[in-house]
Amino acid sequence: MSEGHSTYTPKSGIGRWFDSRMPLPRLVYDSFIAYPVPRNLNYAWTFGGILALMLAAQILTGIVLAMHYAADSTLAFDSVEKIMRDVNSGWLLRYLHSNGASFFFVAVYIHIFRGLYYGSYKAPRELLWILGCIIYLLMMATGFMGYVLPWGQMSFWGATVITGFFTAIPLVGDWIQQLLLGGFAVDNPTLNRFFALHYLLPFMIAGVVVLHIWALHVVGQNNPTGIEVKSKTDTLAFTPYATIKDGFGMIVFLFVFAYFVFYLPNYLGHPDNYTVANPLKTPAHIVPEWYFLPFYAILRAITFNIGPINSKLGGVLCMFGAIVMLFLVPWLDTSKVRSAVYRPWYKLFFWLFVADAILLGWLGSQPAEGSYVFMAQMATLFYFAFFLVALPVLGLIEKPRRLPNSITEAVLEKNKGGGGHPAGATTAPETKG
Amino acid sequence: MIPKSGNRYSDKVMLETMTARQRISRGIGMKKVLSSLALLGLVAAGMGAASTGASAQEEAHNEAAPTHFPIHEPKEMDWSFAGPFGTYDKAQLQRGLKVYKEVCSACHSMNLVAFRTLEGLGYSDAQIKTLAAEYTIHDGPNDAGDMFDRPGKPSDHFPAPFPNVEAAAAANGGAAPPDMSLLAKARGVERGFPRFVFDIFTQYAQGGPDYIHSLLTGYDQQPPAGMVIPEGTHYNPYFLSGVSLKMPKPLSDGQVTYDDGAPQTVDQYSRDVSAFLMWAAEPHLEDRKKTGFRVLVFLLLFGALVYLTKRKVWAGVAH
Repeated sequence: MSEGHSTYTPKSGIGRWFDSRMPLPRLVYDSFIAYPVPRNLNYAWTFGGILALMLAAQILTGIVLAMHYAADSTLAFDSVEKIMRDVNSGWLLRYLHSNGASFFFVAVYIHIFRGLYYGSYKAPRELLWILGCIIYLLMMATGFMGYVLPWGQMSFWGATVITGFFTAIPLVGDWIQQLLLGGFAVDNPTLNRFFALHYLLPFMIAGVVVLHIWALHVVGQNNPTGIEVKSKTDTLAFTPYATIKDGFGMIVFLFVFAYFVFYLPNYLGHPDNYTVANPLKTPAHIVPEWYFLPFYAILRAITFNIGPINSKLGGVLCMFGAIVMLFLVPWLDTSKVRSAVYRPWYKLFFWLFVADAILLGWLGSQPAEGSYVFMAQMATLFYFAFFLVALPVLGLIEKPRRLPNSITEAVLEKNKGGGGHPAGATTAPETKG
Repeated sequence: MIPKSGNRYSDKVMLETMTARQRISRGIGMKKVLSSLALLGLVAAGMGAASTGASAQEEAHNEAAPTHFPIHEPKEMDWSFAGPFGTYDKAQLQRGLKVYKEVCSACHSMNLVAFRTLEGLGYSDAQIKTLAAEYTIHDGPNDAGDMFDRPGKPSDHFPAPFPNVEAAAAANGGAAPPDMSLLAKARGVERGFPRFVFDIFTQYAQGGPDYIHSLLTGYDQQPPAGMVIPEGTHYNPYFLSGVSLKMPKPLSDGQVTYDDGAPQTVDQYSRDVSAFLMWAAEPHLEDRKKTGFRVLVFLLLFGALVYLTKRKVWAGVAH
């Protein structure tokens, strides 16, 4: 909460000189040292910091890779292999970057699910949530275009399939597709513009991340109880409390990340991408990167026409609609209680939704035939029902558990068995929610 | 807990809410998270079971007209380079190189591999120079503007057997033999649920060499009665994308002479060349795994220290 005034007092003469002209140190101090965080944040809250770390790591490895990469359809594949074989530690940079993209998405999915579970999108955090959704969209665009750059078979055919979605749009579809491709098919102009955009978008992400953090610092962090911070005893200083906890979370995350980079660097990729792109030879199954698979399953689940909407347009609409749902969550959820901890039915539906998303991901990796199609249709139905039915209806009919009056009280309750007492634990039991 | 004056709850209400709350908050926490996870697992397992049942049904048809490939899954072999401490068996790589040179290279290029990198197989600089010089490299233009042939140097790459893809295809019944530089990473049979989950923990990353070995040793099997094998192709139940492939059985017992006493069998040749191709595709594998172990040990120790620091910082602070 940025309610209080700044407590920053520069100690040195230079510090005072600087502070009176451009208070950057004050901003850093207020944002990352004195900034009050709810005292009950669990490890799910460390993923914001982890995501910032991953963005920085991707930009750093990406810049060095770009120094060795050649964005030309006749050179791209070999230039990546040159990085893998001849550039000093090139294999490490490249595996860090390609697996880094995957782990960036692992972190962002946990971050999003955490927000859904604890109701972090509810007023006054709607804009914070939407900025996050925009970051996620930009990440998807960046990840997709990055996958095209090695110019392997999956790069080429993935790009062909995904840009093909746009032709489903009535009237302007073909024009949009040609604009994206720089021609009538995926070719050198496509690779060139994708490389340019792949280099640009991460900096746009960084820009929106600044807005995301700005918005966060205005409304303050949500917390596992979903109850707003009410008094000083509800919070702790960012440093050292959140800093050290975030730090530990990052190390655990990096451990898993490193395990994949060093022992299973190609586990999350597709073997076909080690074959150079061949426009005349379509792979048996074209599959996108794993982090797009749920949406890919939704796209392919629509195998029927609905009135004037043919199955192709219907699939594309559902796929984009699946992402639009996220933007609408703050207004779809009618519950007055934020946290799923106090919402028994929502909690059940939340975990069913997680299972559904995982199932959709698995279905996206399977060929769209036989019983897989029906399963994908059912899973898609549940996906949309979660947002359009469960979120609005549960908020109206569910009887939430009784909430503690404050974060401090919740913490005291939890620690009753013999934990330490927060100093000055008097609470103000105000209205709940 | 003393309510501040002026709040709108009577002490009695406070007491009631407290007891109710106590009852509730006991249940919240790890136990709930665990039961939610268990539910999730059950749902996922149920869905998985339903789907495998369904796909098993689909596959129950005559074996003369299979619809899913490969017909047989690759056999999992023991590779020296598997696992967290895996290293290449240099003698095996040298034998594999011999198989490549004497058999595969007649049709398959290996464009990305330079002779100088053969030091990874344990060869000395002098040996590499000799080996490279055995090849003729088409180079140029020279000062007079002419192209010329010269003996290979360590900085050269393996020369391709055909001048271009079209020539390779024309000489091989219409299908160009794939370049072998990355073959061991460019091939792999889908592992399916739940094996792909176990693979994370067993570090299974040998799908490529397993596939190549199985394919090379899979030629002698007879197709089921009634199966139609297209003209000019060869039945192989391990082939990834059909019942048969254009490449005829490339290896036979005794074809390549080993001077280190290793058995001169198709199985041994296949293992050796698969290992060699893994090296060709991933020459820095040993370096990667060695670095990885150090990184993980560092993260473990650093993580432990940060965890203890975290405990110290948070000690006495209820949260």
